[in-house]
Amino acid sequence: MSAVLRVEDLRVAFDTREGLVQAVDGVSFAVAPGRTLGIVGESGCGKTVAATTAMGLSRGPRVRVSGRVELNGEELLGASPERLRALRGERIAMVFQDPLSALHPLLRVGDQIGEAMRAHRGRRGGISRAAARARAVELLDQVAIPDARRRADAYPHELSGGMRQRAMIAMAIANEPRVLIADEPTTALDVTVQRQILALLRRLRDDLGMAMVLITHDLGVVAETADEVAVMYAGRIVEQAPAAELFAAPRHPYTWGLLGSMPRLDAPVGAALTPIPGRPPSLIHPPSGCRFHPRCPYVQERHRTDDPPLEPVAGAPGHRVACLLPEAERRELWARLAAGATPQQARAAAGSAGGERSA
Amino acid sequence: MSAAAAPPPLAEVERLVKRFELTRGIVLRRRVGEVAAVDDVTLAVREGESLGIVGETGSGKSTLARILLNLLEPTSGVVRWRGEDVTRARGAELLRLRRARQLVFQDPAGSLNPRKTVGAAIADPFAIHGLLPERTARGRRVGELLEQVGLDPALANRYPHELSGGMRQRVGIARAIALGPELLVADEPVSALDVSIQAQILTLLRELRRELGLTLVLIAHDLAVVRHMCERVAVMREGRLVEVAPVQELFTAPREDYTRELLAAVPRIPGPAPQAPQSSSSSST
Repeated sequence: MSAVLRVEDLRVAFDTREGLVQAVDGVSFAVAPGRTLGIVGESGCGKTVAATTAMGLSRGPRVRVSGRVELNGEELLGASPERLRALRGERIAMVFQDPLSALHPLLRVGDQIGEAMRAHRGRRGGISRAAARARAVELLDQVAIPDARRRADAYPHELSGGMRQRAMIAMAIANEPRVLIADEPTTALDVTVQRQILALLRRLRDDLGMAMVLITHDLGVVAETADEVAVMYAGRIVEQAPAAELFAAPRHPYTWGLLGSMPRLDAPVGAALTPIPGRPPSLIHPPSGCRFHPRCPYVQERHRTDDPPLEPVAGAPGHRVACLLPEAERRELWARLAAGATPQQARAAAGSAGGERSA
Repeated sequence: MSAAAAPPPLAEVERLVKRFELTRGIVLRRRVGEVAAVDDVTLAVREGESLGIVGETGSGKSTLARILLNLLEPTSGVVRWRGEDVTRARGAELLRLRRARQLVFQDPAGSLNPRKTVGAAIADPFAIHGLLPERTARGRRVGELLEQVGLDPALANRYPHELSGGMRQRVGIARAIALGPELLVADEPVSALDVSIQAQILTLLRELRRELGLTLVLIAHDLAVVRHMCERVAVMREGRLVEVAPVQELFTAPREDYTRELLAAVPRIPGPAPQAPQSSSSSST
């Protein structure tokens, strides 16, 4: 399956008063039609910037962008603003975390969706106001808003959070885009509503054959929605794998840390979390060597100077990891952690089992 | 499980109702109805336990907590503290209650005065209650509190905006435990924080509870967080109490459909959990 969206060696830096913020630092990924890539990470890891840059939204005199973003083979980073505007919405669309700030407060929901269509089909040769309105009702129906005809006349503030998110999704899919980028689409919603919205996104992805990029901090949301997962840390992808593989056999200490940090319903009652010490680094002065090394329980001297590339994991197709620890040692560490060892115990055990490996 | 050994409730609410007026119009404001944010809730918090209150937006969980702490007056019903009716507590009695019961907020940035240093914010409760009048003693206690929540005592001279979200939440907790409260009510204490920082704060709260023998009421929308932290869980919906049960029971054999629905909606993480099964000295039953 060939990718509809392909991002290669994307770098995005912002010139700020405090210094140059390298928000995205050499990120590559590709998504095929009907597939979902989940991008997971904490705030400031660059996940949203990577996505908005792919949409052509990060532009300006203080933004430095390099690399390639291809939509259906067409390069976007160098595209003219007119071309970008044409592609946005029609070929690639985005759903945001907070629909209340993304929707116009003074326009009826149906009119906003109609506007999204008319903007692309052209006011001249395109679609009439009445046809746009009929299509808006159809779209609201498609995103399972009950009583769509009446709701099309509502203003955003008259809808609940879940309904607003549905309305925004309706607007995003109005022109049947090839790629849908959803940035924390359910973070502000209640858990029962979140479940409905995720199911809706999955259904639309399948019905319309869209490629989807789902950006989230929530590993559970990713597990239920994504086919493939990229874990980002400090502007880089540190691990990438098919979703099932990532959760069954994660290979990066940061991924272990995230998994150890999340309370979950299948853990024994009373189990202790294993928090990652410290906090995400500054992107103005990122740590030398491996960027995770100041927080990594398995750090070794050379990790402070050597910068690990994202490399394939032997014997695991599609699994890549950026870590300087030898693969055998990482396998050993994960086996111990998965059995309930603390990082300190796992490290001691793996060290004595592996002995002194010469580099 | 037998009621005989149950310790007396530390705090309790009985037949609690809180109604808010619904109004329409800005200039010609008129009453168009009422909403019962809390609707006939009876609930007891036992001394030493950690009780979770879960519910979705508008379930009334935060309103209930505020009434429990006398920060909001109920429309009807009774609030008790150690068996004593404190529903309409005023003056010195209220001050005494404030000292015994503290609140940790969701948004530590919004609950700290941006113009006050961290040290001054933590020392505030001492000033309000006329404790530790001597400056050096107060400063020493502030340093101890910062250390207790895992912060460098030197941070006392910094301002809230110089700290990260996780550090600010630690300051909020230091302030809440400054007067040695018996009950700590934490309202969504980690929902604004990153995953790795959430785990740090939850672990800190668990440690403090054990060290200080605190009773904890944790209000959260995240069921996994409540399961991790609490021994008993109350489920609320639209102002009403749906179900109260020990944590194990609630998560394995919920009695109510709504609880089942909530549980089913939580996204599951597959694969093994790299978490130590070690229990926190298991003060639970």
